[in-house]
Amino acid sequence: MSNIVETVTPAPTLGFAFIRAIKSFALLRESTPGMVGAGLVLFWVIVAILAPLIAPFDPLATLQPMAKPGTEFVKGGTFWLGTDHLGRDILSRIIFGSQTVLFYAPLATVFAYTLGILMGLAAGYHLGWWDIVLSRISDIILSFPVLVLYIIIIATIGSSGINIIIAITFASAPGIMRIVRGLVLDLRNREYVAAAQTRGESSLYIMLVEILPNARGPLIVDACLRLGYVIITIGVLGFLGLGLPPPDPDWGGMINETRKMAMIFPHMTIFPCIAISSLILGFNLLADGLREVSLRD
Amino acid sequence: MLIMISKRIGFMILTMLVVSMLLFMLLEFSPGNVATKVLGPYSSEEARQLWLERHGYFEPLWWRYGTWLGNFVSGEFGDSVRFRVPVSEVLWPRLWNTAILGFWTFAIMIPLSLILGVLAGMREGSRLDRVISVGSIITTSVPEFASTVLLSAIFVFGLKWLPGTSSMTSGFDVKQMILPVMVLIIYDFGYVARMTRASMAEVMTTHYIRTAVLKGLPYKQVILKHALRNALIAPFTVIMLQINWLLSGVIVVEFFFAYKGFGALLLEASLNQDIFVIEACAMVAVFVAVASQTIADIGYTYLNPRIRFS
Repeated sequence: MSNIVETVTPAPTLGFAFIRAIKSFALLRESTPGMVGAGLVLFWVIVAILAPLIAPFDPLATLQPMAKPGTEFVKGGTFWLGTDHLGRDILSRIIFGSQTVLFYAPLATVFAYTLGILMGLAAGYHLGWWDIVLSRISDIILSFPVLVLYIIIIATIGSSGINIIIAITFASAPGIMRIVRGLVLDLRNREYVAAAQTRGESSLYIMLVEILPNARGPLIVDACLRLGYVIITIGVLGFLGLGLPPPDPDWGGMINETRKMAMIFPHMTIFPCIAISSLILGFNLLADGLREVSLRD
Repeated sequence: MLIMISKRIGFMILTMLVVSMLLFMLLEFSPGNVATKVLGPYSSEEARQLWLERHGYFEPLWWRYGTWLGNFVSGEFGDSVRFRVPVSEVLWPRLWNTAILGFWTFAIMIPLSLILGVLAGMREGSRLDRVISVGSIITTSVPEFASTVLLSAIFVFGLKWLPGTSSMTSGFDVKQMILPVMVLIIYDFGYVARMTRASMAEVMTTHYIRTAVLKGLPYKQVILKHALRNALIAPFTVIMLQINWLLSGVIVVEFFFAYKGFGALLLEASLNQDIFVIEACAMVAVFVAVASQTIADIGYTYLNPRIRFS
């Protein structure tokens, strides 16, 4: 009896799609770099979620300036990674900084993807004028050296969380659009698209329900890579003094604030550097693993 | 071929025109802002009006854009607010310094990444391939600002071998170039190596390589004579596109090491709202980027016989 139950194909509900997604992620076990990457990303996500519970001190509180790693605090507790020039505990700032980066980076990536996917679908499905205009706009934006573009945008509209998201969306959407357009050009001549057209579905329905889900594979890999880049970008902007306004802990900003003291107190700069590099490495390895697994079958 | 080249160059000029229009709109649309940026936030209203009057800011927008563009093409970028000298006097020496930095970076990075990429792609899945692939992911994952800090911690503060700044105040100094070049190479070589590896691995699966191996050619000859020629076409484009990337990369490095280059100039100008310097730097950056891309496209067509003869 149990065999019969198993062979019945369940209706493709949202829950089923979720289980299938989990199953395809389970394939990642076959790729060691992919597993290491997933582990690193998961580690930082858990740290960000549990930040208020595991951080030993308030990340904004001025406690004891320039303590070396491992110093005991007079009122109890240990500065495992030392404190910075203003006496804030570096471990707590790194832990809370993971919240900042894991909030802004995925948000900016989601916005960039929404815009990029819409542009790519419109260009690849409708072709003609849509394609010419959108492709040319993308070419022009992509011809800017990317950091030059960020600096000009941020210098003009000012630096704040929302503006960083706007700048990242504006600068990354054209690249995503190119990828989506390429995928759509391949998918638009499939039978199921023709079937939907014959049924008289609207072009919006065909683009979003028929084409987009079938283009998800390469897009997921690209999204992982792009998340890494976005984290680098947010870090670089913080490092150049164009990032999120202080006092909130931001890894790039922490490195910038303390880099001049790195000669005497290297711990202030080195630990945030390790934190941000490990998170980016996590996303890059994850993307590499996903690509390897997806090419295998 | 000629048609293709003129098409590419035409598109390049068009891109530059649109970019210049965008920049002009973004930075000079409202004359009031320009006057405030040039004369400072504490200047009097009359002074600003006088300045605007003298520099023709009351003309219609299209006329202003036309004059601005004309001046730009003839190399008249206006005066830097911060340095109080014509922008070109600051810009060209800075660009030259960045060119030196870029030259050394490319001179070391290209052979290094090509050799590593070919070695990895030659035998896909071998231990050497694994080591090079994972190694290049790790080096690409460390952002430049992190590697500047880590490398200075090791070589400047730990071993005390190299100077921590590269301001070149007492003439050119090779020692001051080492760290900036090293940071740029470490961040970038991984990407080029991976692209070369992918291209090489693809070539190794083709029929003509299998034929060459099966007819008993020595492995060395198969690689050097048959595989390399085709495997190195794709990396050529990738390397040309790295020039675009380098223009971003130098900003961080020059800022950290206080190297007097183009990227540092753009950053300083943005932080100080030095409007004419921003315009000049942005246009130069886009020009270099678009020009390198055009050369990459033309070169790719020339190198790839399948496109050249079709």
